[in-house]
Amino acid sequence: MSASLPPFAIFFAGALLLVLLHGRLQKTLLLLVPLLSVALLLGVPEGLVVKVQLLGYELVPYRTDRLSLLFAYVFNLAAFIGIVFSLHVQDRIQHVATLVYAGSALGAVLAGDLISVFVYWELAAVSSVFLIWARRSPRAVAAGWRYLVFQFLSGLLLLAGILMRFHETGSLAFDYIGLDDVSGWLLFTAFGIKCAFPLLHNWLTDAYPEATPSGTVFLSAFTTKAAVYMLARGFPGTEILIYIGAIMTCFPIFYAVIENDLRRVLAYSMINQLGFMVCGIGIGTSLAINGAVAHAFNDVLFKGLLFMSMGAVLHMTGKIRATDLGGLYKSMPVTTGLCIIGACSISAFPLFSGFVSKSLVMAAALQEGHHWVWLVLLFASAGVFHHAGIKIPFFAFFAQDSGIRTTEPPLNMLLAMALAAVLCVTIGLWPAMLYNLLPFPVDYSPYTVTHVLAQLQLLFFSALAFTWLKLSGLYPPEIRSVNIDVEWFYRWLGPRAVARMTRALDRWQVYTRIGFLRHLGTLFGTLFLYHGPQGILARTWATGSMVLWVVILLGLYLVAYYY
Amino acid sequence: MSQERQHLFDKPENVRRLLRVLYLACALLLAADLFVHRHVEHDWESLWGFYAGFGFAACVSLVLIARQLRKLLKRPEDYYER
Repeated sequence: MSASLPPFAIFFAGALLLVLLHGRLQKTLLLLVPLLSVALLLGVPEGLVVKVQLLGYELVPYRTDRLSLLFAYVFNLAAFIGIVFSLHVQDRIQHVATLVYAGSALGAVLAGDLISVFVYWELAAVSSVFLIWARRSPRAVAAGWRYLVFQFLSGLLLLAGILMRFHETGSLAFDYIGLDDVSGWLLFTAFGIKCAFPLLHNWLTDAYPEATPSGTVFLSAFTTKAAVYMLARGFPGTEILIYIGAIMTCFPIFYAVIENDLRRVLAYSMINQLGFMVCGIGIGTSLAINGAVAHAFNDVLFKGLLFMSMGAVLHMTGKIRATDLGGLYKSMPVTTGLCIIGACSISAFPLFSGFVSKSLVMAAALQEGHHWVWLVLLFASAGVFHHAGIKIPFFAFFAQDSGIRTTEPPLNMLLAMALAAVLCVTIGLWPAMLYNLLPFPVDYSPYTVTHVLAQLQLLFFSALAFTWLKLSGLYPPEIRSVNIDVEWFYRWLGPRAVARMTRALDRWQVYTRIGFLRHLGTLFGTLFLYHGPQGILARTWATGSMVLWVVILLGLYLVAYYY
Repeated sequence: MSQERQHLFDKPENVRRLLRVLYLACALLLAADLFVHRHVEHDWESLWGFYAGFGFAACVSLVLIARQLRKLLKRPEDYYER
């Protein structure tokens, strides 16, 4: 009986209970929830399928296999680390939102049917936005709304895709989907928005840096990785993903180099890491899929660690721009050390976690003959070291002394970072621990002389390049600025175009009203032509096309409402 | 804060020392290419110093292109709030 009690139920029950508790009891409950949930998970056998009949539909709210269990483990781990990190926070809304958000992420990866996925998809969207709004600044509130619009757009496409797919196949099961029909594309785009595909990525770099110091840690763990899981489940071996992934590894690193807000640098770097996963899913061999999900697992830990270290800096100094920081190693040596461990892991230094997972994807790209893609990934690997491995620690903790003197963050923050750092190093030292959890058997050893030497050469000469550029003054200085991205269209152009249109409409509405009254008779004639007994609009329409039009209308409404 | 103790990188010679270690490591890694027989998947990989050269060139071009991009993308900090 207890085996079929799903772990996400613990999170939802915990969230309800949390509303009643204060102080020490609240903290105890927060820590207990992920521990209880992981205890349940460890007792669950592979291949469990729990079915529920609801209104004549067969739903599968709980399904375990190697793929879903791996994501469930890492989400639990991320929830625990994040909760330890945020234990000092005196904000009930944030804690409740955290539990609901983590529970929905768990629910989404453990769901075996598309309707359940949709429910958790929306629940995750609504709960996560409170981690952004909890910053309680006008900027965060606005960014939260923009975030929500994108999340709902994704949910809308998901729902439309599910309905069309059900109409076509009569099945709600969530297995391989593929891009053979419109519903496949709708689902693909829905997952793509949350996975930050190029041009659909801007919600991430817009909203994540505006969340609370601890909120960003949770945000970085769940939404995008759940999307990676969805792609790995529904679209493995879809060729277009290889190229989407390759683009994702590349374009954000240019932004990361010139970005001033260090948490936004990390957000761009996150798209870069997601690119490796998406690419691996696109290649689709067992080695590549293993690589993609292993990298997702590691990314949750090292990106979480980096976001935690920057969150600690923000929490202690109130500043996060590279132009305001520097020299913090003097007053935060432990945080500095932990941040460097995260930086080494994301840069894929041998002995750190990124090394043992990223190389799976790279090796798969070569094996399958994608030589140009491999070169692009190699370029991105050098770039990632540059902006996440060097830039983040360098500008926050070293560089010019900003004169800021502070102390180490609270003990719970340090412990959470230490836990993540220990895991990064442990996985780097003993990759078999992670490899044994992967969906397919692993026949790959990252620690060969050739591979270690190649990676060290790549990284050390990237460091050399940074040193040379910095010493010769060619390195672009950090400047207080924003860099325009896709958001320019809806944050700058959109509002101005709408304002202009409204003014023009104001002028013309007088004329149109007069004209309308004059032509009323003709209008009724036309209406009768189309809507009368013989009219084209009076015909019966297929449900599928109705759904599509409703989606388009709702989408338009969402955009209109936003302005 | 004139009483503050000297920190590790306050002394220029420590920075110089760190840089020297980096240069030495780079030289050793490049030299290792002469002695280690690589088991490669791709022809380019067997070129002498391929990874070293690629890493260096990749980072330099990344930064130089990003510098140019800044001319196109940079806006004042309150750009969207005006």
